[in-house]
Amino acid sequence: MIPDAWLPAAIVLTSLVPGLLIFLLGEERQVLRTLLNMAGALLKLALVGWLILGIYEGRTFESRLTIAPGLDLVLSADALSVLFVTLSSVLWLVTTVYAIGYLEHSPNRSRFFGFFSLCVSATVGLALSGNLMTFVIFYEALTLATYPLVAHRGTPEATRGARIYLAYTLGGGAVLLIGAVWLQALAGPVVFTQGGMLSGVSGEHEVQLVLIFVLLLTGLGVKAALVPLHGWLPQAMVAPAPVSALLHAVAVVKAGAFGIVRVVYDVYGVSLAESLGLLHLLAVLASVTIIYGSVRALSQDGLKKRLAYSTVSQVSYIALGASIFGPVATIGGVVHLVHQGIMKITLFFCAGNYAETLGVHRVSEMDGVGRRMPWTTLAFTVAALGMIGVPPLAGFVSKWYLGLGASEAGSDWVLIVLVASSLLNAAYFLPILFRAWFREAPARWPDEHIPAGRLETSGALLWPPLITGALALAAGLFAAAPASPLEWATLIARREYGL
Amino acid sequence: MIDWLVLAIAVPLLGSVVAAALPGRASAIGLATAVLTTGSALAASLVVAEGGSLRSDLGGWGAPLGIALAADGLSAALLVMSNLVALGISVYALDYFSGGVRRHFWPLWLLLWTSLNGVFLAADLFNVYVTLELLGISAAALGALSGRPDAVAANLRYLLVGLLGSMTYLLGVALLYTELGTLDIGLAAEALVPGPLAHTAFALMLGGLLLKAALFPLHFWLPPAHSQAPAAVSAALSALVVKAAVYLVLRLWMDLFGPVAGPGAGAMLGVLGAAAVVWGSWRAFRAERLKLLAAYSTVAQVGYLFLFFPLLAIAPPPEREALLGALVLLALTHGFAKAGLFLAAGLLQKRVGHDRIDELGPAIQSLPVVGLTLGLAGVALIGLPPSGTFIAKWILLAESIGAGQWWWAPVVLIGTLLASAYVYRLLANAFGPAAQAEPAAEGALAPIGRLAQAPALLMTLVAVVVLGLGGEPLWGLLEGVGP
Amino acid sequence: MYGLGGILLFLLGVWSFLVHDGLLRKLIAINVTGAGVFHVFIAVAYRGLDAAPDPVPHALVLTGIVVAVSATALALTLGQRLERPDD
Repeated sequence: MIPDAWLPAAIVLTSLVPGLLIFLLGEERQVLRTLLNMAGALLKLALVGWLILGIYEGRTFESRLTIAPGLDLVLSADALSVLFVTLSSVLWLVTTVYAIGYLEHSPNRSRFFGFFSLCVSATVGLALSGNLMTFVIFYEALTLATYPLVAHRGTPEATRGARIYLAYTLGGGAVLLIGAVWLQALAGPVVFTQGGMLSGVSGEHEVQLVLIFVLLLTGLGVKAALVPLHGWLPQAMVAPAPVSALLHAVAVVKAGAFGIVRVVYDVYGVSLAESLGLLHLLAVLASVTIIYGSVRALSQDGLKKRLAYSTVSQVSYIALGASIFGPVATIGGVVHLVHQGIMKITLFFCAGNYAETLGVHRVSEMDGVGRRMPWTTLAFTVAALGMIGVPPLAGFVSKWYLGLGASEAGSDWVLIVLVASSLLNAAYFLPILFRAWFREAPARWPDEHIPAGRLETSGALLWPPLITGALALAAGLFAAAPASPLEWATLIARREYGL
Repeated sequence: MIDWLVLAIAVPLLGSVVAAALPGRASAIGLATAVLTTGSALAASLVVAEGGSLRSDLGGWGAPLGIALAADGLSAALLVMSNLVALGISVYALDYFSGGVRRHFWPLWLLLWTSLNGVFLAADLFNVYVTLELLGISAAALGALSGRPDAVAANLRYLLVGLLGSMTYLLGVALLYTELGTLDIGLAAEALVPGPLAHTAFALMLGGLLLKAALFPLHFWLPPAHSQAPAAVSAALSALVVKAAVYLVLRLWMDLFGPVAGPGAGAMLGVLGAAAVVWGSWRAFRAERLKLLAAYSTVAQVGYLFLFFPLLAIAPPPEREALLGALVLLALTHGFAKAGLFLAAGLLQKRVGHDRIDELGPAIQSLPVVGLTLGLAGVALIGLPPSGTFIAKWILLAESIGAGQWWWAPVVLIGTLLASAYVYRLLANAFGPAAQAEPAAEGALAPIGRLAQAPALLMTLVAVVVLGLGGEPLWGLLEGVGP
Repeated sequence: MYGLGGILLFLLGVWSFLVHDGLLRKLIAINVTGAGVFHVFIAVAYRGLDAAPDPVPHALVLTGIVVAVSATALALTLGQRLERPDD
C-alpha cells in the first residue's frame, strides 16, 4: 500500500503549489499565471482520474502526517470523498477559465488567483479528510482562503460583506472545533468510518453525544447556510461572479453540507443518529431552511441575491437527504451534492455574463436578454429548470429520490416540503425566463462593455456556462449510465447502510 | 569534546565585550557573534536531542558549590527557538539601527542574549537569579535605547518591577538554602520535604517569577515597556524575555517543587491565566497602535501558557507528556510569531512614521511581504490551522474536557474569537479601497530593503508551517523531562 | 534574629516600593529589599559560635551586591535621562 500514499497529498498540492507561486508573480505576468493555473487544474483532474481508476481496481489511498502524538493529518479516499473531489476538480477547471476571462482587466489578479487556488486546495483537502481533525483544519483554511476573495473588490460594501462572512464563519469554526475536540476526548481520534465510528459507543454518553452533535451541526450549519445561520450568504454576494460561483457550488456552502453528511453517516452512523433523535432535528432544520430560502428568493430583485437565497434553499436538500432514514433518501441527498453544484455554478456564470457584458444586475433589467445573449440564456434556462426539478434534468433526479426515500421512511410531510419548494422554485425562476425570452429588449442596455460580435460575449465567459449547462443536462439524461453521479451516490448509500 | 553549553554563553558574552570595545565595528562583530552563538546553541540542543541531557561544571567545582550548566529537552527546545529568533532579530537590526544607537545596541543585545541562554542552561538556583537579573537589566537598557522620555519612563518602571521580582525570588532561594543547604536544582529536589518553609519559599519564588512573566494582574508594566521599545527590542522582550520567566516557573514546578505544587496552586495559575487571556485579548482589540496591540496580545498568550498548569498538576503521566509538549509548542510558536509581528510592525512604522492601526492600510499594501507576515503572525496568534498554536489549543481543550475541567474551553474560545477580531482590525486594511488610490503618495513612503523583510517572514513561516506540521519531534525531545 | 531582621527589611522595602511614588524612592526601597535578602543569606551562613560560617552564602551575597549595584546604576542613568530629556 505504500506507493499509494502520495496520491491524496498530491491532489491537494496540485493547486496549493501553483497558488503559492502565483502570489510571488508580478501583476503583469499574465501568461505565466494562466499557465500555472491551467496546468494545476488539469494535473489535478488527471490525478483524480487516476484515483478513481485505482479505487475501481480495489487499491486504497492514504497520506498520513503525524503532527502531534495521537493527532494525525490524514488524507484518504472513499466513495464519498471521490464524489466531492471529482466535482471540485471539474468545476475548478471550468471556473478558472471563467475567472481568467472575467478578471481580464481588473487589478490585484495575482492576489486573486493565489487565494483562488488556496480555496480549491482547502476544498479538496476537506473532501479527502480521513478524520475529523483534518476536516476541521481544512474547514478553517477554507475560511481564510475565501475571505480575501469576498473582500477582493475593496469597496466599502465588499469590506462589509466580507466582515460579516468572516464573523459568521470564524464563529462557526470555533464551535465546530469545540465539538470536534469534545468528541475526541470522549471517543478517541474521530476517524471517518463507513457506517459510523461511534456506532460501538455505549449508551451512557447519550446526552454528551447529542450536545456534541448540536455543536458540530452549528459549526457546519454556518457554512451550509442552515437557517438561522445563513445571514452571511446574501451579504457575500458582493464577491466577483467567479467567486460566488465557486462559493455556492463547490467550496464553502458545499463544504458545510458535505460535513453534515460526513458527521451523520461516517461519525455517528445513521442508525445511532436516528436512535438519538438527531435525524429528526436535522430534518426540521433542513425543511425550514428549504422553505425559508425559497420564500426570500421570491422578493429579491438583484439577480445574484435571488440566486443566493435559492442556494440557501437548495443546499438544504442535501441535509434533508441525510436526515431521512433509508438508503433511497441518502442517494437523493448525496447526488444533489453534485447536481446542485453543476446547476448553481451555471446560474452564477450566466449572472456574471449578464453583468459583465451588458451591465445587467437586476431581474427587472433582464427583459429580452435572451435575444441578445441566446446561448448564455439557454444555459441559464437549463439550469433554472433543473433547479425547479423539471424532468429529465439533474434536479429532477435528486428530488425524485428524496421524495421516494421520504415516503419509504413514512415521512410524508417531507413530500409536502418538496412540492412546496418546487412550486416556489418555479415562482422565482419562471418569471426570469419569461422576461428573458419573451419580453422586448430595451433600446439600450445599462452598461454594455462587450459588443456583440461573432459570439455574444467573450469566449472565456461563454464556454464555461455552456459546458456546465450541458453537464446538468447529461447528469439527468444519463443518470442511469455507469459512473454517473447517481451511480456513485447509490454506491455510497449501499456502503453506509451496509447493504 | 567541545563544551557547547559553555560556548552558548561565553561566545555572546565575549562578543558583547568586544563590541563595546570596538564600537566602530559593532555591527560586524555583532553579526559574527550572533551566528556563532546560534551555532553553539543549536549544537548543544542537537546533542541533547540525541543523548537526552547535557551537564557541565565550570571551574571544576562539584555540584554543591560550582557554577553548573545543564540542558535537557525543555531547555533545548527553548534554546533553539530563542537563538533562532535572536539571530533573526540580529539580521533585522543591521538595517534597523543606525549611528550612535547602533553602537549601544550591540553590546547590550549580546549581553541580553548571554543572560537568556544562561537562564535556560542554569542548573542552580543562584545562577538563575544572576542571569535573570542581568536579563532584566539589559532588557530595560535596550528598551530605553531610543531615549524618548516615554520609552525611558516605561522601561525604568520595567527595570524596577523586575528588580522587585528577582529580589522576591532571591528571598525564596535564601529560605530554601537554610533548609536544604544546596542550590543545585537536582540536589535540592531530592532533599526537599513539604513543609511551611518549602511552601513559603515556593510562594516567594513563584511570585517573583510571575511578576517577570507578566501574568495577570502582574502584567501592568508590560504593555508600555514593550510597545515603547524599538521594534527589534520589543520583539526580543515579548518573544524571549517573558518566555524565560515562564520557563523558570515550569522548570521549578516540575523539577523542584513537585511535592509542593499541588492542584490548588495549579488552579490559581489557571484562573490568573484565564483572566489574562480575556483581559489581554480585549485590550489588544481596543488598542489604537499596532505595537500596543502586539504587547497586549503577549499578555493574553502568556495567559494561555498558564492555563496548562491546573491540568499539569493533576494529569497522570501520558496526559502530562501530551500537555507538556503542547505547552512548549505554544511557547515556541508564540515566540516566533510575536517576534515576526513586532519586526513587521517596526517596518511599517519606519515606512509611514507611525503605527496607528486604522491608518496602516497603504503601508501594508505597499509592502506585500510584510502584509503576508502580518497575516501569518495573525494565523498563529489566533490559533488557526496549520499553526503550532492550533495543535496546542486542540490538546489543551481535549485534555481539559478529558479531565472534567471543561470550564477552560470557553476561555480558550473567547480568547480565540477576540484574537480573530484584533487581527481582523489590522488586516482588513490590507484589502481596503486604498489599494488603487495610493500610488501618488508613493514618494512619501520610506524605502524598506528586502533583507529587512526576510527575518520576520521566516519567523512567522516557522510558527505557522514548521511548528504546525512538523512539531511532532518536540514530544520526543521532551520525553523524560520532569519527575 | 539576623534572619528575621532581614525578612523585616525585605517587607519594609516591598511596602515602601508599593506606597511611594517617586522613582528615587522606589529605587531606594528596592535596595532596602535587597539588603533584607542579603541579611537573610548571612544569617543562613551562621553555623554556631565555634564553627566557621558557611562560605557559600557569603559568595552569593557578594555577587548579589554587584548585580544590585549595576542595576541601581542603570536605574539612576535612566532616571537622569528622564530629568533632562534634552540630553
